[in-house]
Amino acid sequence: MNEWLLIGLMATVTFIPRYLPFALAGKVRMSPTLARGLDFVPIAVLTAIIAQASLIRGGDLHLGLDNYHALAALTSFLAALIWRRLFVSIVVGLGCFVILRLLTIAASV
Amino acid sequence: MSSKHRSRQFWLGVLETVPLVVAAFPFGVVFGALAQSHGMDFLVTLGMSAIVFAGASQFIAITLLASATAIPVIVATVFVVNLRQMLYSANLMQHAGNWPQPTRVLLAFFLTDETFAAVTDRVNRHPGEAGLRWFYLGSALFMYSFWQISTVVGFSLGRRFPGLADWGLDVAMIVAFVGIVTPMLRARADWVCAAVAFAASILTYEWPHQTGLLFSSIVAICVGLLLNTGGPST
Repeated sequence: MNEWLLIGLMATVTFIPRYLPFALAGKVRMSPTLARGLDFVPIAVLTAIIAQASLIRGGDLHLGLDNYHALAALTSFLAALIWRRLFVSIVVGLGCFVILRLLTIAASV
Repeated sequence: MSSKHRSRQFWLGVLETVPLVVAAFPFGVVFGALAQSHGMDFLVTLGMSAIVFAGASQFIAITLLASATAIPVIVATVFVVNLRQMLYSANLMQHAGNWPQPTRVLLAFFLTDETFAAVTDRVNRHPGEAGLRWFYLGSALFMYSFWQISTVVGFSLGRRFPGLADWGLDVAMIVAFVGIVTPMLRARADWVCAAVAFAASILTYEWPHQTGLLFSSIVAICVGLLLNTGGPST
């Protein structure tokens, strides 16, 4: 029973931040400064997630050529700079990751 | 707008979320397996995925539950973890202005990192395109369905392939986010904002409950804003 209470409360505190700005859209006038700041949200948040997901592996900072997630991210970044196509960045990044994995397996056999 | 156009936008939303769903799937499986190993009831586990629908919050809740943390503490932690979603919602406000309230409630419930990334990428590549809410709905329902499926798979099979989390499938999320963010880097302020977010999130990775992510994002947004003051909004 306590678990369902927890789920209900979690659902509430999860929904409020997701909904509040939507609820106010079109009803409040946003200052131009705030609006310009919000334009940076995708760059700021997604980059922070990328950095942690690629460099923090297993709970620790993992720098080195054996961090394939970071190498895939770097390759994908270069591909994105050159071609500016999401699909290409994904394929190149994943390709890099798979090749590195296969090479590691081949080297250990 | 014709129903054909709506349907097209919906399926585009599904299609463009594929790499993110692939990346999220193992997280759902791990969540299901973890819940099962902590002795949680199947219905409670699925209920959490279906009613809360927020990956990081669910992991934290389960971990805290296992250590017998008091419910108010868990709820407060989950609230802090989800403040990031408020930034997403605020960023999308400009599009939500002409959505009816029931649509806003529905789409807000489905707001995740994955759907925000897909939607913001769509807006970036096709500014002013009609039918964004249908694209959003396609992305969201696809993500939602797979989150439920992955939870069930994890709960019932988790122990039979415990290595799934080590396959590194989260690389799909990383490369997709890189592919989404990179073309957005145009002005100098954009690059500096990204650099600050990158560095700050590494410096703060040990902060509890993803507060480092939130803090780094806010600092990066402020730096970006300071640099482009007076300039045209991009």
